[in-house]
Amino acid sequence: MQSTALFLPRSSLDALIQALRACGYERVLGPVARDGAITLQALDSASDLPVGVRDRQEPGQYRLGHGEGERCFAWANGPQALKPLTFAPRETLWRCERDAEGGLVFRDAGERNVPTAVIGVRACDLAALKIQERHFLKAPYPDPRYAARRESLFLVAVHCSHPASTCFCASTGDGPRAETGFDLALSELDDGFVVTSGTERGAAVVERLELDRASPAQTAEADAEIEAAARQQVRALPSRNLRDALYARLEHPHWDQVGRRCLSCGNCTAVCPTCFCHAEQDEPALDGSRTDHLRQWDSCFTAVHSYMGHFLVREETRLRYRQWLTHKLASWHDQYDRSGCVGCGRCIAWCPVGIDITAEVEALLEPTDA
Amino acid sequence: MATPRFTVTDALDRLNERPQPRPRIAVHKFSSCDGCQLAFINAGEALLQLAELVDIVHFAEAGPMDPEAAVDLAFVEGSISTPEEAERIQTVRANTRFLVSIGACATSGGLQALRNFNADGAAGWTEAVYAQPEFIHSLDTATPVAEHVKVDLELWGCPVNARQVFQALRQLLFGVAPVVDRDKLCVECKRQQHVCVLVAKGEPCMGPVTHTGCGALCPAFGRDCYACFGPAENPNTAALARRFEGLGLLPEAVARRFHLINSHAPAFRIEWLDWQERS
Repeated sequence: MQSTALFLPRSSLDALIQALRACGYERVLGPVARDGAITLQALDSASDLPVGVRDRQEPGQYRLGHGEGERCFAWANGPQALKPLTFAPRETLWRCERDAEGGLVFRDAGERNVPTAVIGVRACDLAALKIQERHFLKAPYPDPRYAARRESLFLVAVHCSHPASTCFCASTGDGPRAETGFDLALSELDDGFVVTSGTERGAAVVERLELDRASPAQTAEADAEIEAAARQQVRALPSRNLRDALYARLEHPHWDQVGRRCLSCGNCTAVCPTCFCHAEQDEPALDGSRTDHLRQWDSCFTAVHSYMGHFLVREETRLRYRQWLTHKLASWHDQYDRSGCVGCGRCIAWCPVGIDITAEVEALLEPTDA
Repeated sequence: MATPRFTVTDALDRLNERPQPRPRIAVHKFSSCDGCQLAFINAGEALLQLAELVDIVHFAEAGPMDPEAAVDLAFVEGSISTPEEAERIQTVRANTRFLVSIGACATSGGLQALRNFNADGAAGWTEAVYAQPEFIHSLDTATPVAEHVKVDLELWGCPVNARQVFQALRQLLFGVAPVVDRDKLCVECKRQQHVCVLVAKGEPCMGPVTHTGCGALCPAFGRDCYACFGPAENPNTAALARRFEGLGLLPEAVARRFHLINSHAPAFRIEWLDWQERS
């Protein structure tokens, strides 16, 4: 559903937070400038939001600064999308204990998920969420933990008006406008927000605020900012399916060139909102009476990720990078009917050595003499 | 890891097939600050549990003294830095079925291995530091245990992480080969959702080449990692060093990042030499 556009004055932002709480969302998360980055934190009030904060992102570099005005969402993104909220970085899946007879008893180690509203979700984050849902919620074995956490979320999107130099969502078709997947969507103007609801429960929250309709001038200004945000993007990936082109270049010399720069540190996969690889392990108690079975984020850049039967499939860095890129942009199409990249640019900014997926793809697609 | 770094020996199998008596354990100290032995002493309740599972026959810092006792499992802390230690480590090896070196000193030579880079040997330093250097009998080098005897398992870190030590111990008692996570620190740092200090602050963080295990302690407090757990698997020290130069570090400062607690570890030694030559 796309509702009538309403207008939320800036002074009523706290009323929105209170309305979310009144609707049962015990925890309201939003962007907070902390440790030099935009991070998702629990909000007490709208004053916690990053008023006047701007981000400057380059390959391998992220800096916050201050701009003019009262805007709270005049930045592109922080190091994390919604991923940590739905796909936990580390969790205990089950516990196994010995009973009195020495038998094994398995217990679900799940915890209650607090109903949570998230303010400030970007179009790329929503696109990534949809991709992860295809993976985690796929029948016939949907992941119950993921499903429960996803169901506990209420999403307040904010359309992008200030893309970073690392953004390229316009080329992947995932932004800067949040099209679907949100409960509420906001467009930030100087004096307030144009609000639309995407779900019934979103409409129910807005109803409590008794907002006026947005004026045609306000909606026009909001639309113009989103369109400008698309035009301002300086990076791009080819929007076509790159599968065959990349598979035809598996021995391209550029993989070696990237391999010499890449640290195989896994930062790109950790900040990528669609990467879903994990590792499972058991942590037995010292007395051997009990063990916790953990699931935690893993990365195709680690050695053990390609370990099977006493050998490493991908020992060299170039093979690990190639695995990541060809999964993300090639075999992802076969698995999930689209590329695994939503153009958020996090892998570019948060790569410690500034490896740029758009530049690497461009280099790989160049014809070679070899 | 094409060939497993550590293998479970027949000795280990025997260790776990022995129902009686309980496995005998020793904790030995060589050149070190004793901090890694604290992994046991600070464990509190876990140490009491351990005492019910095994017999701790030698652990000078905690009390039991029987350095020559034959044991099933010996933990060794410290580097080999005196002639006496070079002999004693042979005895320790001969008297144990399974040997685990714990901490930076035992696994890489530790901080004291900085003397290995002194072309004139250690004598000049000994004379500079001690009032009566004739009582000091040091080797010119401080070296890891594995350069002297066969080591079955290495647990890195300055200090070693108690959780890792007890996990490895538990796995040995179960009769399985302990698996040590040798990923980069970044993998754990990102799981904990710390903001990257290299990217967001321009700090010369060693995390991207450093062996995980500490729990990303320094980045949790906004500090750059200084590699106290030594090199991770597949460490691209050259690329990280170039990045440090890009952050504005002079070649000598880049070299120093690799020349601290684990300076003797080959991956760090090579990078130090390279940047030392440029400075």
